[in-house]
Amino acid sequence: MNAPFQTVVTPASPRIIADRPMKIEAKDVNIYYGEKQAIKSLSIDIPDRAVSAFIGPSGCGKSTFLRAINRMNDTIPTCRITGNITIDGRDIYDRDIDVVQLRAKVGMVFQKPNPFPKSIFENVAYGPRIHGMAQNKTDLEEIVVASLKKASLFEEVKDRLTAPGTGLSGGQQQRLCIARAIAVNPQVILMDEPCSALDPIATAKIEELIDELRQNYCIVIVTHSMQQAARVSQLTAFFHLGTLVEFGDTDEVFTAPQEKRTQDYITGRFG
Amino acid sequence: MTDLRADFIAKRYASERRFKFLGAAALGITALFLIFLVSDIVIKGFPAFFEHRVMMEVTVDPAKVDAAKPMAGDYDGLVNDAFRALYPNVTSRADRKALGGILSQGAADDLRAMVLADPGLIGKTLKVPALLSDDADLYFKGMQTGVKTAAGAGTLQIAQAGESYVITGDTKDIVQGQIIRANGGALRVTSLEGTTVLAEALVAPTTLNTATSGQWDILTLSVKETERRINDRQVVWMEQLRQSDSVGKTISWRFFTSGDSREAELAGIKGALVGSLFTVAVSLLLALPLGIAAAIYLEQFAPKNKLTDLIEVNINNLAAVPSIIFGLLGLAVFLNFFGLPRSAPLVGGLVLALLVLPTIIIAARAALKAVPPSITEAALGVGASKQQAVFQHVLPLAVPGILTGTILGLARAFGETAPLLMIGMVAFIADVPQGVNDAATVLPVQIYLWSDLPEIAFQSKTAAAIIVLMVVLFSLNAIAIYLRKRFERRW
Repeated sequence: MNAPFQTVVTPASPRIIADRPMKIEAKDVNIYYGEKQAIKSLSIDIPDRAVSAFIGPSGCGKSTFLRAINRMNDTIPTCRITGNITIDGRDIYDRDIDVVQLRAKVGMVFQKPNPFPKSIFENVAYGPRIHGMAQNKTDLEEIVVASLKKASLFEEVKDRLTAPGTGLSGGQQQRLCIARAIAVNPQVILMDEPCSALDPIATAKIEELIDELRQNYCIVIVTHSMQQAARVSQLTAFFHLGTLVEFGDTDEVFTAPQEKRTQDYITGRFG
Repeated sequence: MTDLRADFIAKRYASERRFKFLGAAALGITALFLIFLVSDIVIKGFPAFFEHRVMMEVTVDPAKVDAAKPMAGDYDGLVNDAFRALYPNVTSRADRKALGGILSQGAADDLRAMVLADPGLIGKTLKVPALLSDDADLYFKGMQTGVKTAAGAGTLQIAQAGESYVITGDTKDIVQGQIIRANGGALRVTSLEGTTVLAEALVAPTTLNTATSGQWDILTLSVKETERRINDRQVVWMEQLRQSDSVGKTISWRFFTSGDSREAELAGIKGALVGSLFTVAVSLLLALPLGIAAAIYLEQFAPKNKLTDLIEVNINNLAAVPSIIFGLLGLAVFLNFFGLPRSAPLVGGLVLALLVLPTIIIAARAALKAVPPSITEAALGVGASKQQAVFQHVLPLAVPGILTGTILGLARAFGETAPLLMIGMVAFIADVPQGVNDAATVLPVQIYLWSDLPEIAFQSKTAAAIIVLMVVLFSLNAIAIYLRKRFERRW
């Protein structure tokens, strides 16, 4: 058991980006809300099996870009995107791409825990069920249990799988949401400030979980907490005013940023 | 400086107290009005739930009721004969008519039902209840005139003088207009000359013996004969029934089991109630799916542009259109253009569906909007399609709100009168409708119809029908509140 606030990041090897296969590649992405441009000509390559953190002041576009990766922005009628984003070399804004399948492949965890007002079991089972991932009830139960275990929640809820998911504590709810995302067997997990509504102990548990999940998934996390970015991520991207200012090994970004704006932000000179 | 501040604070508190007082006063006035309204209706309507019957011995004469065809029997004749037999002295044509006025036209219904249920009763003598007419019923409910019976003290000498009678003796308590019952007769006091009383016979005395203390009494009626619908003679006859203890009060189930009638004592609300149910059912079947579908589409799927904005504004406007306009629309479209039957619950339901559709759409949209977007996002996030997210997550959570809105819309439809007048649901319809194409009326229209009738008994029926309508509406609202509380969810 790790004590809260323990730094769970293993010392990053230098030049992580160069060592790893790329999962997500964005080239010259522009995102507009109506007339307002939220992301300006952004290019970034995100590696697999690592945690990449997006940091930056409010309104810098980091959440917008995150939501572009699983096309969650499609639900906003005024939102427009140009450029291209590929996952495993496939353009996700291509006409052939089925957005439903994309979202199954690119799971998402939101800022506020948002379990369905259903039982814990149903929360996790929903995704596999609509995607026909389980042949029968036993299969489904296996998936649910496995997902809950991966989300380090199973031990806490195994006796009350039929209890409503909304009855759990905030941290447990967020882990339930992670279990729900994992259940459809995604390759990428996007996390939009997953700990901002949680207390430090719950945050520590989630961070620990993120570090475990990194072994198998490409994780992109948006966070307002630079400490969190430093703790959980191997790579950090600093966004400012809709542009990507700097992207590199977390250690480097935090200790020896190449850009002055990054340094100013990290040292608290603006934000 | 400190003084000013204290002043300021005192002012603020005073303003707060004033506001509290005004609020409480407004609430009090509203409550007072409500209590007044409800108690007035209940007091007026309550007697209509009861009716009076007279118990009589009736011999089911095989000559009048054929055992082979009991349906065609002359039950009216049997009951009327049995009733007249109670008053052997009544012989004149006018008196016989007045006597007949005490019984309802449906007086023989109970006898007919008994005989049809058991044809073996033909030829036997039965104790049969016979319904009283509305006026007689009101008399026994004390709504025609107050009646006071005072036992006579002292002795009376009664002498005949031509057409009238002269009464002497202990007459000091007697005043003009009172009715003196003695010697098997009833005499109405026409004038007084000292202790000598001049009286006319309502029922002629059988003897002219001296009546001693306890053998005579005085009836005092509080309402003048010209101002009530039963005359003094009928009062005497009915008092005779009361004395023989043969009049009984029962709950008027007929009020709930029969349709409208020209005779107040026979009129019931079943026709209107069934008409209302048919009408509201038609409008519910139409408005609920249409309303929910429209709400889901507008709220979840429709693009936001000028056209949908226009539609939205128009839906809100429709909710504020006076209901009679919908009636006119129904008349023009459903009756004149499509040629649907007049007075039918089908058309009424169509019109009311138009009327409640905006209400349901607005309520359903509000309920859908109240479901937090995080639920939709969560569903979309695990790869649900928009439709799956809406139907599997958003809609179930919005159902209580939608139901509440729908029930309130239904309550409105249930109480709506004006548009139904336009499409002819205002006719006198005695039959209980069997389907949505039969001519029918609805509860509020029935209330409107009855309130227009001159008979006092119908005023009571009107209030009683209002009670039934209010009970239905209150129940609907109670269900709405229950659903809201039961399924209320905190996020």
